[in-house]
Amino acid sequence: MNGWDQSVQMTAKTLFQKLWDRHCVVEDNGEFLLHVDRAYFHEGSSHAFSKLEQQARRIARPKQVFGFTDHYVPTLDRTNGVAGIAQPEIRQMVIALQENSKRHGIDCFGMDDPRQGILHVVPPEQGITLPGLLITGADSHTATHGAFGCLAFGIGATDMMHVMATQAIWQRAQKTLRFVIDGELGFAVSAKDLILFLIHKIGVAGGTGHVIEYAGSTIRALSMEARMTVCNMSIEAGARAGMVAPDETTFNYLKGRAYAPQGVQWEQALNDWKTLYSEDSAHFDQDIAIDAREISPMVSWGTNPEQCCPVTSTIPSPEQEKDPIKAQEMRAALEYQGLTAGMALTDIAIDKVFIGSCTNSRIEDLRAAAMVAKRGQVKVPSWVVPGSKTVKKQAESEGLDQIFKAAGFQWREPGCSLCTAINGDQLSPGERCASTSNRNFKGRQGTGGRTHLLSPAMAAAAALTGHLTDVRQLIGAPV
Amino acid sequence: MQPFTTLCAIAVPIDEPNVDTNQLCPTRFNKVPRGPAYARVLFHDRRFHLDGSAKEHLLNVEPFSQAKIIVADRNWGSGSSRESAVYALYEFGIRCVIAPSFGDIHVNNCYKNGLLPVILSVEQCAALRQSLRENPGSTVTVDLEAQAVHDSWGHTYNFEIQPVRKRCLLQGLDDIARTEQYQELHDRFERKDRELRPWIYRS
Ligand code: SF4
Repeated sequence: MNGWDQSVQMTAKTLFQKLWDRHCVVEDNGEFLLHVDRAYFHEGSSHAFSKLEQQARRIARPKQVFGFTDHYVPTLDRTNGVAGIAQPEIRQMVIALQENSKRHGIDCFGMDDPRQGILHVVPPEQGITLPGLLITGADSHTATHGAFGCLAFGIGATDMMHVMATQAIWQRAQKTLRFVIDGELGFAVSAKDLILFLIHKIGVAGGTGHVIEYAGSTIRALSMEARMTVCNMSIEAGARAGMVAPDETTFNYLKGRAYAPQGVQWEQALNDWKTLYSEDSAHFDQDIAIDAREISPMVSWGTNPEQCCPVTSTIPSPEQEKDPIKAQEMRAALEYQGLTAGMALTDIAIDKVFIGSCTNSRIEDLRAAAMVAKRGQVKVPSWVVPGSKTVKKQAESEGLDQIFKAAGFQWREPGCSLCTAINGDQLSPGERCASTSNRNFKGRQGTGGRTHLLSPAMAAAAALTGHLTDVRQLIGAPV
Repeated sequence: MQPFTTLCAIAVPIDEPNVDTNQLCPTRFNKVPRGPAYARVLFHDRRFHLDGSAKEHLLNVEPFSQAKIIVADRNWGSGSSRESAVYALYEFGIRCVIAPSFGDIHVNNCYKNGLLPVILSVEQCAALRQSLRENPGSTVTVDLEAQAVHDSWGHTYNFEIQPVRKRCLLQGLDDIARTEQYQELHDRFERKDRELRPWIYRS
């Protein structure tokens, strides 16, 4: 390499580097103090508030902090509002979140707010999430917001308290991993299938210590909803954050949203946002090219998200796995899941279907599921839990709720619900669920519960047949 | 935060890779206010039946119930960002986890609560676990200043730690105190940023 090339390499920046640089206040021995633009928390963040109060601290920038009610709220019968929450502990948490927010002057999307919903669904839809921001959230799937060209990541309660008290956070430098995905996704192959495919490819630790950028023509062609689905599960690949450079799709999505800049500020912001991309010669620590045409509808069979494969295949055998550690993990997963190697995935009967979570509860997800749902009747209890009241209203205006109900689905109120199973919605021991959420860890959806991750269309297909199903066959591939 | 200097304590081997934070603290316990109640939460669903009676589990029996150190396998503490997983470890008495690799957010949460995560190689951890299994109740000494782990059989394993993390643990310093030293710089940063990106600021 000649000297000139080297200097280009030195100066050409990745999107991640640009975001990092614009937030860096100071470096202290390899740790960087980064300025935080937005912080999102939920009912489970009470630990952060109690620490804050113990130390008699105030919130530094209350207008840049936002509260959401999602993890614990009930998803059925809310006619009596917060007072009507059956479990006293949960009622108390929702009240505490709303009161804490009010006391500190924080905008809070309380349970009775018409914009209520999941903390990774509401901020984009309200224009609170914007390109170029550094966002921290009290939930690991904060990576979702990277779809807008943000640096967004989840933090624990002590860090959340630190952000609240100082509007800044200490971080170490991260490595960069880029997926360049080109080509058209096949019929009925969705963003969820794409991200499951990528996780399967690099493994649950493949992105550890990295921030992922998703690029290429396939990503460019995705809607904002689909980009959010992809970025959402960056964490399942071990990465702290995932991102997509903002483009016209991003700007069109944001224009006119309640919290988005208006008028002169919009123009000013737009000029800035257009500079947010990885330069051609920028260096990535890992650069992986993917052909989108290789991807088929995916489904997980095990107890971590890399244990997944195309729905058309059979469960892989631990005997064939060369890595003895992975083989051991596979055996343990099969035992927990009550499955055997060699079984066709489509032979797996399910007990329940969950369409929801911050991965797949946006309007496009519901449209995709409804397209399938209108072809039959559910064979097992099946739920649709919209990501927010805004999504729910939109879906109802399109008649999707009627389609779901006519097919026998339950149409519920927005929240995290069966994704994390802490609001009372949960699987019973041994119950098997086809779920559009992001995690299939043991017990994630309830003690002893078994999870198969898949896309909304695939989940709807499973609901209609009672077993894992290739949605392409159910709806008939196009001629 | 309690300073961490040197720890000599019983160590318990946990032979399973990918122990996620949901195993350390099942989700439904997230809402428990921080305190001694978390001691029982650690590995709750592995340690207790639904009716509350104890299952067979290393952590339920002497001498391992006295352990302050866990020697684990790959990818310890992966999954959800819940800090309550660290509260459960801490209240049970654990002050140090030794593993070949850790979940990204969990490792931070450990530091921030005065718990030391030590990275040793897969082979070193496996050897240590085996010795501990064969000699239940043996102690391990972790010397943070020297960045060394000594087992009861004369082996010493050195580990790396970021200087800032080491300093904070040794002194029991929390991050806010550190950030406040840079208050003026941060204020200046923000004033300039408000001019560059006025649309970010809502007041
Ligand atoms: S839906 Fe699941 S992953 Fe998403 S914010 Fe809620 S609990 Fe977290």
